[in-house]
Amino acid sequence: MSYTENYIQTKLIEGLNASHVEVIDESDGCGAKFSVTIVSPIFEGKSLLQRHRLVNSILEKELKTIHAFSQKTLTPAEWKK
Amino acid sequence: MIPFRSFIVRSFSTTSNKIANLVKKNKVVVFMKGVPDSPKCGFSNAVVQILRMHNVKYDAHNVLEDEQLRQGIKDFSNWPTIPQVFINGEFVGGCDILLEMHRNGELIAELKKAGITSALLEEDDSPEKKTKD
Repeated sequence: MSYTENYIQTKLIEGLNASHVEVIDESDGCGAKFSVTIVSPIFEGKSLLQRHRLVNSILEKELKTIHAFSQKTLTPAEWKK
Repeated sequence: MIPFRSFIVRSFSTTSNKIANLVKKNKVVVFMKGVPDSPKCGFSNAVVQILRMHNVKYDAHNVLEDEQLRQGIKDFSNWPTIPQVFINGEFVGGCDILLEMHRNGELIAELKKAGITSALLEEDDSPEKKTKD
């Protein structure tokens, strides 16, 4: 099972009400290694661990097969900087 | 059917108890792919390098050598990926979180709470090291 950048992006935008999501497939197309940057107001007032847990919960099913996953989670205010 | 099921449940809780003990055995405990001298994944390597910079002593467990541990630690901390870092028995996060905490100084504070003085904190007191980013 492999996933596309678009699939991951759409799922994160919908699941986290994100204003900006950047997904980079670092697996040379095999779909198992991703790096994502997510900007969402949902992250406000949440610790880094809580933010990452939220992202993990959206991609719970996908992370069973994605074997390398890196994430940056920012609020809109942090993103502007 | 019933004996089979009860076996599964028991084996899961044994792993879970075992892990609960493991994470409390040392102030800093890492679950990783490979061993600190030879990490088998870039993310695990990053965690090892960060802890080395802070000169932290820690327990490392190689999940590649123990399939039960590999799945067990994911279930235990409700975290889908390896590496995983624990400080003072508490789950801290994976590689991204540790890297960010390293960058923003939170890691030094977290180690201090556990009674560990980061080597980077000592360096910060010497003026010639002030130029580092």
